[in-house]
Amino acid sequence: MARIVQIFVTSCMLFAGIAAPAHAAVFNPQSFTLDNGMQVVVVTNRRVPVVTHMIWYKVGAMDEPPGKSGLAHYLEHLMFKGTKTLKPGEFSAIVARNGGQENAFTSQDYTGYYQSVAADRLELMMKLEADRMTNLVLTDAAIEPERQVVIEERRSRIDNDPSAMLGEQVAAALYQNHPYRNPIIGWRHEIETRSRQDLLDFYRHWYAPNNAVLVISGDVTVDIVRPLAEKYYGVIPARKLPKRVVWREPPPAADRHVVLKDPRVRQPAWSRRFLAPSQVYGQSEHAYALRVLGEILSGGATSRLHRTLVVEDKIAVSAGAWYNGRTRGPGTFGFYASPPPDGDIDATIAAVNAQIDTLIADGVTEEEVAKAVRQLQDSAVYARDSYRTPARVFGAALAIGRTVADVEAWPERIGAVDAGAVNRAIEFVFKNRRSVTALLLPKPAS
Amino acid sequence: MPKFINTVAAVMLVFAIAPPVLAVEVERVVSPGGIEAWLVRDNSVPITAIEFSFRGGGASDPAGKAGLADMTMSLLDEGAGDLDSQAFQGRAESLSIRLSFNAGRETVRGSLKTLNRNRGEALELLRLALTAPRFDADAVQRIRQQIVVSLSRASSNPNSVAGRTWRRAVFAGHPYGQPVSGTQKSIAGLSIDDMRNFVANRFTRQNLIVGVVGDISAQSLGPILDQVFGALPAAAPRAHLAQATIGSAGETFIVEMDNPQSVVVFGQAGVARNDPDYYAAYIMNHILGGGGFSSRLYQEVREKRGLAYSVYSYLNPARRGALISGGVATRNDRVAKTLSVIRQEWRRMRENGVAATELADAKTYLNGSYPLRLSSTSAIARMLVGMQYNDLGRDYIERRADLINAVTVADIKRVAQTLLDPDRLTVVIVGKPKDIEPTARTPEIES
Repeated sequence: MARIVQIFVTSCMLFAGIAAPAHAAVFNPQSFTLDNGMQVVVVTNRRVPVVTHMIWYKVGAMDEPPGKSGLAHYLEHLMFKGTKTLKPGEFSAIVARNGGQENAFTSQDYTGYYQSVAADRLELMMKLEADRMTNLVLTDAAIEPERQVVIEERRSRIDNDPSAMLGEQVAAALYQNHPYRNPIIGWRHEIETRSRQDLLDFYRHWYAPNNAVLVISGDVTVDIVRPLAEKYYGVIPARKLPKRVVWREPPPAADRHVVLKDPRVRQPAWSRRFLAPSQVYGQSEHAYALRVLGEILSGGATSRLHRTLVVEDKIAVSAGAWYNGRTRGPGTFGFYASPPPDGDIDATIAAVNAQIDTLIADGVTEEEVAKAVRQLQDSAVYARDSYRTPARVFGAALAIGRTVADVEAWPERIGAVDAGAVNRAIEFVFKNRRSVTALLLPKPAS
Repeated sequence: MPKFINTVAAVMLVFAIAPPVLAVEVERVVSPGGIEAWLVRDNSVPITAIEFSFRGGGASDPAGKAGLADMTMSLLDEGAGDLDSQAFQGRAESLSIRLSFNAGRETVRGSLKTLNRNRGEALELLRLALTAPRFDADAVQRIRQQIVVSLSRASSNPNSVAGRTWRRAVFAGHPYGQPVSGTQKSIAGLSIDDMRNFVANRFTRQNLIVGVVGDISAQSLGPILDQVFGALPAAAPRAHLAQATIGSAGETFIVEMDNPQSVVVFGQAGVARNDPDYYAAYIMNHILGGGGFSSRLYQEVREKRGLAYSVYSYLNPARRGALISGGVATRNDRVAKTLSVIRQEWRRMRENGVAATELADAKTYLNGSYPLRLSSTSAIARMLVGMQYNDLGRDYIERRADLINAVTVADIKRVAQTLLDPDRLTVVIVGKPKDIEPTARTPEIES
């Protein structure tokens, strides 16, 4: 069905395809907790003699002190810069020399590090990762060039891309109180002024075994993992964690419209976001129904918005919706659309609005729900195919406060959603609720 | 918002391959009707993956019809047989059948992934898509608009503009200089007859390469191959694609775009996949600018100097014009400095080659990380297709480590001296670079 361009939502959708947790008794994980509070999950997949070793810290951009945006992500970069026993870059050199591939990521909610490697090198990875949990060394010689790297990353991801620039403005409008309003990568002036002490404080406050989840998937069993986890991670003392701010977003009192006109924009694009419960925030009993709703509206070429707006009415070249509920803070439910070439964006917007109005007025049917539920449950089977996916699924879930049982029960709970539940969720999220509308428009060069 | 920020853009890892510990048995299956497929049996998940290619991709699009392969492939799941677009997609979605098609420069490809319980229906949809695509006017117009919008967006994307301009400069006059996705103008001119001709001539059993992974025996795969591909014509005349000469050596081109950061693409002639020195070049590139956090470019440009977030080089062993190229993005007043560091590394590799320890480390990485690629049923099936396309042999997964291990320091030095010439790099800069001037007029590209 060719490329359906979703310029507003790509960042929210990145892991959507695989992050769908799996069937009951499908991943069949084994889990335990070390004495120091570190959670460990093991998922066996024996197809290839490799493992993925991931550590997830329950700390992300939302935990940064006020005025210090970008700290979590900047620290993530610096975690590769050496420890008391390893020189800068040596961590990565050892991983590479052992045939491992590695990376790291920062979200609003968590920070993760991983290596994929031959199964017989797992112990070495655990030793290295445990080392940098406590022994990080930060020198100005490492911090300063990396600051420039992060600013270049910001230019690549944000400043060079008007749709990403608009995304930052939209978040700042959508979240009036919650720190999700600040970009993960940070505002540039705050990246520029982060000190070594800021970074070290953040590291010492949050990088602790009792704030971490270890997930290992691949050709390994819990019998192998448990003694190694005790040996390397178990010896690290738990630490008293800072008190977390319990952020609550006030009900928005006004609709907000954010418009960016930029000469670099070639095709207009529209989107609208509502705050929504997440799996753990607010009225989270709606989360499964909202996931089903997202599938009904946007789960493929025959989903409601694509079928009506793109295929039948031809009023949009692309149209859809998304629900992001895998967040510690407020979730979002969004809609997006773009007009056909030389089309009238106002007509497109009117058509999407009519769809949203219909949705609120008439809800969804049992048939639509049944189809979406089946698709979602089947996606859980596909999620088992890769040795990497289970590690991501469990890490992302546990890092926001979900449990192993929640992940395993996902298909069942999705299966329990009926049209009534979806319609109650629609009423709760959309009816008389204020939203943020974003518009990306071309502007003739001056 | 699960916005992931990776510390390194995982860009363009060149696909090579396998250590001896890996016991992947590749079976060769020939159907009763004579269709060959390579098969890896796997019952770890109740899923079957079929990946296939037809030789001849976007580079074979006729003059003036750039984007034909790409647009045609995009329309295969937009209605076939008695099923219009919604009926076809509805059947696939209701059975969670994942079917997709796309075009590359040298091949066009299809990918089918299905739960075993729906395999029969999935195969039937695939057969219909290949043998009876409808090209309904409605669907053609919709896909045409999607492509046009996407091309229009790409026309102000600095990465896309840099890549397109670079190819145009280097492959002037050769089809490799044309974008696989076409131009807004060429897409507007494509007719349904063009697409039907494409299907008739490209989808032949002679052009076909198939890889299958799943819980299926060689015996039961045979009839399936005949069912899906058996009705395709045996062969059809294929246009000859001439060998390209790599042009614009040593030139620096600038495309002005009002961005705070310049996007730079650089490169020169590379080495073919079947060249005896391919593995030496592959390892050399890995050390110079390949994946991971340890390459020389990564160390010199990013780690030591903080000039860029992403910097890399890669081999593109295209059949008619192999390349070694790379990319970097840096603020507008550091472009010259960054390029100077890159040229310096190009020169250092050319003049001094690599140290024995560097070579040893590269080998352990490349051998040890190979099985990581076997990440899913479809990843393995794709690998089976690639092995056939490149004539690597069924035992390649076992043999690859020997090929890697045979490369010596002297091999790499010889290859580096042949391939790498910092003064002959073709460079395209998109942005507002403040410290560098173009050496020639930038070739125009159509968006």
